[in-house]
Amino acid sequence: MAIVFEKTKGLTDKPTHYCPGCTHGIIHRLVAEAMVELGVLDNAIGVAPVGCSVLAYDYFNCDMQQAAHGRAPAVATGIKRVHPDNFVFTYQGDGDLASIGTAEIVHVAHRGEKFSTIFVNNAIYGMTGGQMAPTTLIGQKATTSPYGRDEATTGKPIRMSEMLATIDGAAFVERVAVNTPANIRKAKKAILECFKVQLEGRGFGIVEVLSTCPTNWGITPVEAMKWLENNMIPYYPLGNFKKPGEVE
Amino acid sequence: MAKAKGNVTFEEDLCKGCGLCVTVCPVNIISLDKGRLNKKGYYPAGIEEMDKCIACVNCATVCPDLVITVERL
Amino acid sequence: MTKVLMKGNEAVGAAAIAAGCRFFFGYPITPQNEIPEYMSRELEKAGGVFVQAESEVAAINMVYGASGSGARVMTSSSSPGIALKQEGISYIAGAELPCVIVDMMRGGPGLGSIQPAQGDYFLATRGGGNGDYRMLVLAPANVQELVDLVIEGFDLADFYRSPVMILGDGMIGQMMEPVEFKTETKHDLPVKDWATVGTGGKRKPNIINSLYLQAEDLENHNIKLQKKFAKMRENEKRVETYNTKDADLVLTAYGTTSRIAKTAISKLEKEGYKVGLIRPISLYPFPNEAYEEIGENVKAVLTIEMSAGQMIDDVRLSLNGKIPTYFYGRTGGMVPTPEEIVDKVKEILGGDK
Repeated sequence: MAIVFEKTKGLTDKPTHYCPGCTHGIIHRLVAEAMVELGVLDNAIGVAPVGCSVLAYDYFNCDMQQAAHGRAPAVATGIKRVHPDNFVFTYQGDGDLASIGTAEIVHVAHRGEKFSTIFVNNAIYGMTGGQMAPTTLIGQKATTSPYGRDEATTGKPIRMSEMLATIDGAAFVERVAVNTPANIRKAKKAILECFKVQLEGRGFGIVEVLSTCPTNWGITPVEAMKWLENNMIPYYPLGNFKKPGEVE
Repeated sequence: MAKAKGNVTFEEDLCKGCGLCVTVCPVNIISLDKGRLNKKGYYPAGIEEMDKCIACVNCATVCPDLVITVERL
Repeated sequence: MTKVLMKGNEAVGAAAIAAGCRFFFGYPITPQNEIPEYMSRELEKAGGVFVQAESEVAAINMVYGASGSGARVMTSSSSPGIALKQEGISYIAGAELPCVIVDMMRGGPGLGSIQPAQGDYFLATRGGGNGDYRMLVLAPANVQELVDLVIEGFDLADFYRSPVMILGDGMIGQMMEPVEFKTETKHDLPVKDWATVGTGGKRKPNIINSLYLQAEDLENHNIKLQKKFAKMRENEKRVETYNTKDADLVLTAYGTTSRIAKTAISKLEKEGYKVGLIRPISLYPFPNEAYEEIGENVKAVLTIEMSAGQMIDDVRLSLNGKIPTYFYGRTGGMVPTPEEIVDKVKEILGGDK
């Protein structure tokens, strides 16, 4: 009899405050497992900015810095420039990275800063109660788009991965989802690859993880996974947009 | 080839009753116990027919709360 | 030690490197561009890292990250850019991180002008960002003092685990004076065992944070911060005084304005007036005792600032109604002349000598 799945030591014992069915729990676990598997947990420094996951500093079992909304990439730049041999990551939501933080994320890709970003995209501002985000879909109802997002006045949702992949300093860009066990396993692979790009010193890496927010979408966790599949994946296609070439 | 068999343990008081594990089990043996509440006040997930478990690990993979440990027999 | 003739802004960079600062994150803005330019030339030679950030906002957050990771780090800007940094500075103060922030003030509000001003006194000494915090604010009046305060600023930042602001202006940033770099430290600096450097598997994670969701926890944190500021008030007041006991009138000014005041004093003394000077060097903590000790027969205190009147609030609080107070200021980047100050003093004293 062999244990084939148990709790990773990359996470602390503290039960999370996340809502039932929130995909943060899954993604935290994948990030923590990846750090343990690559042997970088003891050397890791993470940055958790404002959002539901601001309390990630209580869950990841490594040194953490809490950052202002959108500023995690700048904070991580400061950390990685001081400690280039440490493993540095940011863990950001869409209200953070794709709104107030667009300058910071574009410029770390532009400068090719050698850390990794996990971008949790659930098309809404979760922590503050469900406001429309730049990633909210057309027609999607949120507390600041109560009649459904209207393209004429608010534009179309922003596709961060495609945009960041056009920047040379971005060495790894992939979009994954965590709505099924199969997709979760693929997401884990992408996260490992992204982290390896940092360890090989190849440049900036980001994994965009399509996620759910059952509470603010107003549906059950199980329905939310289906909603992600039927509505988000068609607009935000999964796949790799950039990865480094072969090492010579 | 003999089918894999598994033993799954649920740390019940961590469960938030989200129901994701129920939907991903290929042999449909997980259910939320609507007859009682755990310490958090949720219907906890559990397995009645453990002998049907094939140790696919889908449940643990999708659980956001580290409730589940899987052993392969 | 031989002195070197240096421009203020460049001397800031050299002083920081002399103090062991190896990380600089900045952004271009007049009139302090020579600071990032100097750092971009010299910091890597000293084994450090220079990053021109995409904005002052990004720069202050890079400072937060680097400081949280245990490094000596500096940023610089001018008034509009310092305004952008307020969120970051509040976070740095809340998370109790050390750093040096140099503000070469210019005319405001808004985009303002590029000429020197002293309109950031409130911003610097009242916090500037959100919440109850203060930071050490030091105001040099010449380039040597600028160098000394930058060097000591790093020690003070580490000692108190606090941001330290060096408040200069366009004049002191651009002028050239001879300087030497003295780096003996006066403080016993503790090891930064709170920094995020990786746990090494040997300790619990260190967390750099300013968020406390429980109000009771945040209140306790604030009480702790207030005790720190009380210690600053006990130990870090710095002031230069001249003839405050039996002058007819005492001038008070800081930074380059104080030099203009000194010229005015010499002119007035030649005409038989007895004029004193109080020159605060620390703006927070404010050297209020110097004002309390003004002689009983002093008829007036005249505050001179390159602003519409900001330090004068602290002067009034210190004087507590004891002596009539007056104000003379220029705004917009205009610099007062010694003659204007002489005239104002004569007006106040009504021709009495």
